[in-house]
Amino acid sequence: MKNYDTLIKDLAPRKFTKKGVIWTSFLVIVIIIGAIAYIDQVRQGQIVTNMRDYALWGIYISNFVFFVATSFVGSVIVSFLRLTKNEWRTPLVRIAEIITLASITMAGITIMLDMARPDRLLNLFIHARLQSPITWDVIIIPTFLVISFLLLYFPLLPDLAILKDYFKKSKPGLSKMYGKLSLNWTGTEKQKALQTKSIKIIAILLIPVGLVLQTVDAWLFSTTYRIGWDSTNMGGYFISGAIVAGVGALITVAYVIRRVYKLEKYITEFHFDKLGKLLALACLIYLYFNMNEYLIPSYTPSKGEAIHLNTLFTGSYASLFWLVTVVGLIVPAIAMFFKNGRKPYPMFIIGLIVVIGSWWKRFIIITPTLLHPFLPIEGVPESWRHYFPSLHEWLITIATLAMALLIITLLVRYLPVIPIQRTAEELNLNNNDLNEASS
Amino acid sequence: MEDNSNNSRRKFLDKGLKLGLVAAIGGIGLSKLTSKLSAKPSISSEDTVELMTTDGTIIQVDAAEVVEMQHSKDEDVKYNVREGMPNRKFVMVVDLAKCKNALKCQSACNKSHYITGDNAWLKVYKMQESKDTAPYWMPTTCQHCDQPACVTVCPVDATFKRKDGLVLIDNDRCIGCRFCMAACPYSARVFNWDEPDQGEITLNLDMINHAPTPEHAGMPSVKGTVDKCDFCPHMVDEGELPHCVTACPNGVFYFGDKYEDTVTNGDETLRLGKLLEDRAGYRLMEGLGTEPSVFYLPPSNRSNTFEEGLEQYTEFQSVEKPGES
Repeated sequence: MKNYDTLIKDLAPRKFTKKGVIWTSFLVIVIIIGAIAYIDQVRQGQIVTNMRDYALWGIYISNFVFFVATSFVGSVIVSFLRLTKNEWRTPLVRIAEIITLASITMAGITIMLDMARPDRLLNLFIHARLQSPITWDVIIIPTFLVISFLLLYFPLLPDLAILKDYFKKSKPGLSKMYGKLSLNWTGTEKQKALQTKSIKIIAILLIPVGLVLQTVDAWLFSTTYRIGWDSTNMGGYFISGAIVAGVGALITVAYVIRRVYKLEKYITEFHFDKLGKLLALACLIYLYFNMNEYLIPSYTPSKGEAIHLNTLFTGSYASLFWLVTVVGLIVPAIAMFFKNGRKPYPMFIIGLIVVIGSWWKRFIIITPTLLHPFLPIEGVPESWRHYFPSLHEWLITIATLAMALLIITLLVRYLPVIPIQRTAEELNLNNNDLNEASS
Repeated sequence: MEDNSNNSRRKFLDKGLKLGLVAAIGGIGLSKLTSKLSAKPSISSEDTVELMTTDGTIIQVDAAEVVEMQHSKDEDVKYNVREGMPNRKFVMVVDLAKCKNALKCQSACNKSHYITGDNAWLKVYKMQESKDTAPYWMPTTCQHCDQPACVTVCPVDATFKRKDGLVLIDNDRCIGCRFCMAACPYSARVFNWDEPDQGEITLNLDMINHAPTPEHAGMPSVKGTVDKCDFCPHMVDEGELPHCVTACPNGVFYFGDKYEDTVTNGDETLRLGKLLEDRAGYRLMEGLGTEPSVFYLPPSNRSNTFEEGLEQYTEFQSVEKPGES
């Protein structure tokens, strides 16, 4: 009995501490600055960016690809681990679902920031052409968004009912909100059967939809003639990269939540050990696709390809390329081969490095290719031959990252980050108690 | 019993089919007969007229069979801008042997299309495939591909392919995603990153009530949308040649109609097929399968030296800014 009460107490949402308030206000300020920068961009036009006719896509697109990639964590942690019956996922699923929802929401917003005519957004529906990969994105992103929302929401129902009771006395307003959101969950057999079935369908649906999302993202590039993009390797390359980015993000966020909420009892070293093995595997698979993408073409490069690869291996993008490949991928994989490397704190550092590496990796995929067109770059200002984001681009991009973190922070603030009911069931706490509590 | 009924059905089908066939043939024959009967009593004047077909062969035709074609005035001026001019297929031939990088094509194009950005629609590249091969000047316009990569990826049908061969942009619809620019292997497309400052020109040309169409000829350009060489349909419509063709002092550009098999640079009119055959015409990046409408004649037997063009060569500029001379 006591155990069950402590469980709820441990896992129920808590008010922001002072640090939490500072963190949230910081995010809000960053977002406001970004919003101002964006309004200025709309007013003046994309001349405020450093994109030009050759570097025609920049960090808006690479940031978009990054968000799409991290959103894959839901498919990996919830669906893959479910199908392979990896029970250790329980304390991590909700965090994964939250990251997924935040990432895909931001992916949808980020791609619109790149549109030079956001006022014509509706044209994408009015004049939609199915043959364009952008239309595929218009279809798949909202689909994934809805599914990832439901994946977060359905398993939450029993927990929301529990929270309704938990906050009944202390915070009637909040309790009422939880009650409304719990859709009159009482935990009857019928409700449970319906919920279990729904979750199962959604969890399985998330695999094909997630794979399509990642692949469509890859096809945005591989449907062009561009050197470095025109590759049949792109689909698998993007999917494996998405596992790396997603699991990396999960480890980082889980570590922070664990520390702030003091959840060491629930997210244990064992979980980080498991996540470490998963990330190491993901890194190796990604490395394999990287070899296919860069190493093997260097044996039979066409002239254009040779120039492109040289820029990456030894040229102007070499330091960034090797940084994301060696520090962002190879070193973390090796570190995670060791047991000590999979302890929580090292894993946090590794996760952070992997996420930052994943972000810059997308930059490396997009920018150098655009600066190597088939015909020489002539007749345009010298500055058009290079690309580094402008202040506007940085402010807007950092604001999108802050917005993702804000969504995660707010969801963590108001939702139990670890499924209460499921944990109780797994710990074999009195079920009657549970039903009593929620009825 | 069953066998029998099956058999009879097959027979019936067989007969039916044959009957149908006979009826069809008979019908065709009958209609032919009636058409012959109803035809004008052949005058068979024994007068023949010599005519030239589109592929250049002379044929003799009975004078009685020559009928004057109806020329629809309406059709000549009015056509669907998304469909293109009926029964035309525009092509260009660029004779690299004549190009001296005079850049008159570029300045005429910039001026006539009111290009105010930093990137011209028409570029003259300084080309040299390798150290061991000769350098040459290569003007490029939009290649107006028959398999245009840009059109394939456009999500809103803002850029489109017409039956007359032109690839155009509806900058009233373009959402500014720049996917077409990423898709184009010829780097032919330019973007209006900020407000195209065509204000003064607008007033001068009395274009205030000008309704934007995909044949807008660069006027007005719209912020946040893509522009590119349009093959000057507004000139063709008036029976003129594109600006680059008429501006070139060296007769580098030939413009014409593939169906008519003729191209002209203003001074001479040539048979397209023969010209390409005689001079080994080729297209840029044929291997990509984009099927461009622009043909190139190799820079062989040049009357000029490559170095002559270096004087005008500006590596970092293709549009002269007002105030500069």
